[in-house]
Amino acid sequence: MIEKQYKQITFTLNGKQVSTSVDVRESLADMLRREFGLTSVKKGCEVGECGACTVLINGDVFASCIFLAIWADGKDVMTVEGLVDTDGHIADIQQAFIDEAAVQCGFCTPGFIMSAERLLRTGKRYTRDELRKELSGNMCRCTGYHNIINAVEKAMNARLEAAGKQPV
Amino acid sequence: MYDINHIYEANSVEEAIQRRIEQPQALIISGGSDILIGIRAGKLAGCDLISLYMIDELRGVSLDEDGTIRIGSLTSFASVTKSPVIQKYVNVLGEAADKVGGPQIRNIGTIGGNTCNGVTSADTASTLMAYDAIIELTGAEGKRLVPIEKFYLGAKKTDIRADEIQTAVLIRPESYRGYHGYYYKYAMRSAMDIATSGCSVNVRLSEDKKRIEDARICYGVAGPIPLRTRSAEQAAYGQPVSRDTVEAFAAGALKDVNPRTSWRATKEFRIQIQGELARRCLTEAINRAGGIWA
Amino acid sequence: MEVGKSFKRVDAFDKVTGRAKYADDLCPKNAYVSRILHSTIAHGRVIRIDTAEAAQIDGVVKVLTCFDVPDRPFPTAGHPWNTDPGHQDVADRKLLNEHVRYYGDDIAVVIAEDTVAADRAIRALTVEYEAYPFVLDPIESAKEGAPLIHGERQNNNILAHSSLRIGNYAEAIKEPGLIKVEGWYHTPTVQHSHIENHICFAYQEQGQRVTVCSSTQIPHIVRRVTAQALGWPWGKVRIIKPYIGGGFGNKQDALYEPLCAWLTTQVGGHPVKLDVSREETFVNNRVRHAMHAHITSWMRPDGTFAARKLEVWSDQGAYASHGHSVAAKGMGAFPQLYPCDNVETDAWTVYTNKPTGGAMRGYGIPQAMFQNESHIEDIVTALNLDPIAFRRKNSMPVGYFDSFSKNELYEDSFNQCLDKAIEKIDYDRKRARYRHQTGPVRRGIGAALFWYNTAVWPISIETSSCRMIMNQDGSIQLITGETEIGQGCDTVFAQMAADTIGLRLEDVHVFTMQDTDVTPYGSGAYASRQTYIGGFSIRQTGQLLKEKILKHAHTLTRMPADLLDIIDGTIVRKSDNRALMTVGELATRTLYDMERSEHLAAESTYAVKSNAYSFGVTIAEVEVDIPLCQAKVLNMVNVHDCGTLINPQLAEAQVHGGMSMALGFGLYEELLADPKTGRILNDNLLDYKLPTTMDHPDLLVDFVENAEPTSPFGTKALGEPPTCSPAPAIRNAILQATGVAINTLPLNPHRLFEEFTKAGIFRTEQEVISPPSPGRSAEISRVTINA
Ligand SMILES: Cc1cc2nc3c(=O)[nH]c(=O)nc-3n(C[C@H](O)[C@H](O)[C@H](O)COP(=O)(O)OP(=O)(O)OC[C@H]3O[C@@H](n4cnc5c(N)ncnc54)[C@H](O)[C@@H]3O)c2cc1C
Ligand code: FES
Ligand code: FES
Repeated sequence: MIEKQYKQITFTLNGKQVSTSVDVRESLADMLRREFGLTSVKKGCEVGECGACTVLINGDVFASCIFLAIWADGKDVMTVEGLVDTDGHIADIQQAFIDEAAVQCGFCTPGFIMSAERLLRTGKRYTRDELRKELSGNMCRCTGYHNIINAVEKAMNARLEAAGKQPV
Repeated sequence: MYDINHIYEANSVEEAIQRRIEQPQALIISGGSDILIGIRAGKLAGCDLISLYMIDELRGVSLDEDGTIRIGSLTSFASVTKSPVIQKYVNVLGEAADKVGGPQIRNIGTIGGNTCNGVTSADTASTLMAYDAIIELTGAEGKRLVPIEKFYLGAKKTDIRADEIQTAVLIRPESYRGYHGYYYKYAMRSAMDIATSGCSVNVRLSEDKKRIEDARICYGVAGPIPLRTRSAEQAAYGQPVSRDTVEAFAAGALKDVNPRTSWRATKEFRIQIQGELARRCLTEAINRAGGIWA
Repeated sequence: MEVGKSFKRVDAFDKVTGRAKYADDLCPKNAYVSRILHSTIAHGRVIRIDTAEAAQIDGVVKVLTCFDVPDRPFPTAGHPWNTDPGHQDVADRKLLNEHVRYYGDDIAVVIAEDTVAADRAIRALTVEYEAYPFVLDPIESAKEGAPLIHGERQNNNILAHSSLRIGNYAEAIKEPGLIKVEGWYHTPTVQHSHIENHICFAYQEQGQRVTVCSSTQIPHIVRRVTAQALGWPWGKVRIIKPYIGGGFGNKQDALYEPLCAWLTTQVGGHPVKLDVSREETFVNNRVRHAMHAHITSWMRPDGTFAARKLEVWSDQGAYASHGHSVAAKGMGAFPQLYPCDNVETDAWTVYTNKPTGGAMRGYGIPQAMFQNESHIEDIVTALNLDPIAFRRKNSMPVGYFDSFSKNELYEDSFNQCLDKAIEKIDYDRKRARYRHQTGPVRRGIGAALFWYNTAVWPISIETSSCRMIMNQDGSIQLITGETEIGQGCDTVFAQMAADTIGLRLEDVHVFTMQDTDVTPYGSGAYASRQTYIGGFSIRQTGQLLKEKILKHAHTLTRMPADLLDIIDGTIVRKSDNRALMTVGELATRTLYDMERSEHLAAESTYAVKSNAYSFGVTIAEVEVDIPLCQAKVLNMVNVHDCGTLINPQLAEAQVHGGMSMALGFGLYEELLADPKTGRILNDNLLDYKLPTTMDHPDLLVDFVENAEPTSPFGTKALGEPPTCSPAPAIRNAILQATGVAINTLPLNPHRLFEEFTKAGIFRTEQEVISPPSPGRSAEISRVTINA
């Protein structure tokens, strides 16, 4: 007999406080998909190598497939669903992915967008090579990354401009 | 879902030690970026775990009064890199930590896990060894300090006793003051890779910047555990900052390295790379130290 | 006109918001999970599987083994069915195999309530084997006495052999003064590595029918294969294809849909999910065939060909899948790309005890272009000719006609592409600058052409169907059997439909999901066929619908139909451009007409009987760090003649992706088998080196738009071509940089170390090297001169 162990956890998910009882064996990725129906959290390897399951935890990027769900207790978790406002407006970075044709099969897209969102929030200016480094934990087999870098650069420049900093 | 039989979550060091005593069969999990992979692969399936993840007191880098740098074992790679203390005194370590995997792994992986895992390719291990770091272990009896070279007992084997956990990695002021260094991670691609070989060098130059007073070099994947190549160090002591010294240093390193052939790389290839890494790392370390070349 | 504009993808919004549904997102929560037990020997027979302990594990629903499955071998290749038994795909595997033919073969399955139970049960199974000798190398495997891999079917391991003879090779090589250049060229086994693994789930409904929702490129073909594997009438199987996370040819095969369909029948029709792990994607799906080619060219001193010969061995792995078609396509490029009067080619596809070769982006052409374009560089090096001038002079000339495919080179595509690429990457200046270099770090620049054939006619049928259903507002649903797999076909199809009928893009709603119960037949996403082939049926169906609309417009407006047209969703009188009514008004009035209510819709099938060449070039600029054995691509440009661009932005994006995959093929990727056991060593994304963001340069892309005359939209292949020529271009650039010609991919540090060692350049790295001289590498083409 497997004696199942559960833990009650409370955390912020896309801006709202949620509480759930979770099987301690579950990864955060599985919990977000199963319990909260957050289908943006994709799984391409389940061992932290592809980045498809990337979410923000307390503002930093994590591979949710190798993050135990119980560890989310007390944390602030954000997925791509959280970037869309209640009126359905998407974030600048999402729009940039659309505009720059940075989406093909779309499977890596939510993970990339979360990695991009993290670095956009720093308010720093990154060179293309620095962007490559910041996004190096996400794999894409469709785009050759070129348009993804373009999209992130574009959103970065727009945010910097809005913040009164000169774009590159 | 991970095949975890039972997980014990510790919220303090004391609690963790208590769990270690009560549950001797249980494995320690910090960030889990090694352990969870092992569970999924079946090797560790069905295990019990003691989770340290919630012990925030083990996170962070600080400077003790005597100048010792103290890195809490749960400090993530990213936090090591970002730490002002690290950047100011042992920036090579921050650079090495920044070469691990990708951003996601650098947020979850811990320096404690990287060293306790006992693997030769661990990106921070060679640099820590090149700094003569001290491992702090805490057990029922209190703290125990072990020089990192002694901490590694063999491949995947480290000196952690049944009641202990690693609580910090320490770097003494005498190990870093006046030293400049460089870490080269050699891998098959520029990110998300395990080192084919790593090399960390640090040097202290004479006041006139023309002589090497001290040099330390440590390799990853030149043997079953991170390896200091003392013949290289000897070849550099007291020598002028020159191409010849660099060559002698590299030749010395090659006397001591003992990589093996595996499907990941042949011995001959690793030796080619290791010789070259010794040259490049020493050269760069000297340059960073403001060396004046003969 | 909507064709030719860079519209945003119709699926982009759903994909950036995480709303686009992929197979796993649709799986019922109560589905059982299943796990497959894979063999731990490369070749042998399963004698017994002890399931007792596994069956006892809490949460295990059922354990099934190779002794339980129907004794019915089936083919898996994603080819359209051929009603001629002589041209049908080879049926050589069962759902689970007692005779195991590679390390990792599928031998048992556990169905369980959760993955932990399933994994525990898999570990609890004990297997007794009778082990046979195995063979991993196709050339060895082709020899007499090699262990028989499909002894049940054939008494050697050669799945197929084909050859081609033009002129008289044996006589031609006697011409005095000929220079013989020959070499071996090797390309490795690589895997598609789409980020979504293959996943499917199956359930039964309506009594006995089975539905499989799957991450596949070819739902209609998978339906047929699944039915064949189960021995069922085809209509009893329904396949649903939602969005898929990439395929690149791997999912152009029936992978686990037949097994999953069978599993649900074993548990009373309860949903069963079969979620392939990344490790299984590497080992148990399909791979690109490794090939070993030997090319001999007999050159006249003026740089023309007297005779040429190609022999190629293609590593099929354990099961036939796409089989010889891949090597045959590669071989077909040889006499065409550089025509010569006297040619002999032979290709063998040979079974080995390794993962199965299937379709992968380029279908034999990336391998063939590495062979061909490396060899051409070896020729120009041996003869001291200019690589670009040689290619301009000897590649397929304008007007070239292939009597088999009826393809023709209508325009001067190669020269036009070369001109653009040379300018874009500043080739001439760089080539000259990199001529004399010293020191440990050097640069080089190199070029390679590619040859491509858009679709599969006349080898297989090329057919495509389309249905358009008009809504009361004048918008339509566009339904085709051709699948969106990331390449953007939904968007370009919408553009084509809009143009044909006279609607705006926003009036076309693409029904992206294929459901074989609903969707008319289309063969699916493979070759580089869909935009070309789909275009025919979309045009035809659109015209049918337009005719119907105009007929009703005649009734409603009293104007003769031939005076009317539809522009941007409005019925217009052509004589004075007056807008008479919107299509929406027309559709509403037509549907709700008390007398002659009609739901406007059209459907048709188009059997295409043409094919089209698609050509282009890559130029790559590399930097080689000799002591560290590292090559890095600094700049790379692809220029394509793929006809008229339907959506320029998406076309460019498609090229980026292909170049990226080729960067991996050229420098990084290789699936390694342990020579002692046949086990795949690097079955994960850490050990299998897909290039990361940091390994990619910015990618340069350009096009030459020579409208393809056979296509209703002037289009031809673009899906696969971008991945065909970068690897040899990189190889040729490394040759310029170091003087070492390396004939085995990937050009990773291990390979560079080996080759630099053989060539002895570690010691000479400080020397000036003049233009690359052959003979430095043990593997470079041997050059001999006829007496
Ligand atoms: C995709 C991927 C990429 C990676 N890339 C790299 C890389 O480039 N370079 C690299 O060096 N590593 C890499 N790793 C390995 C891993 O991330 C590191 O080894 C990391 O440091 C492990 O830390 P952790 O806290 O996650 O370890 P855990 O998995 O929690 O633990 C690792 C080991 O240490 C023990 N342990 C952990 N903490 C303690 C403690 N405080 N006291 C006693 N024992 C303890 C555990 O019992 C276990 O045996 C990679 C891993 C993944 C999944
Ligand atoms: S699924 Fe989490 S990193 Fe691949
Ligand atoms: S868009 Fe397909 S993997 Fe990135």
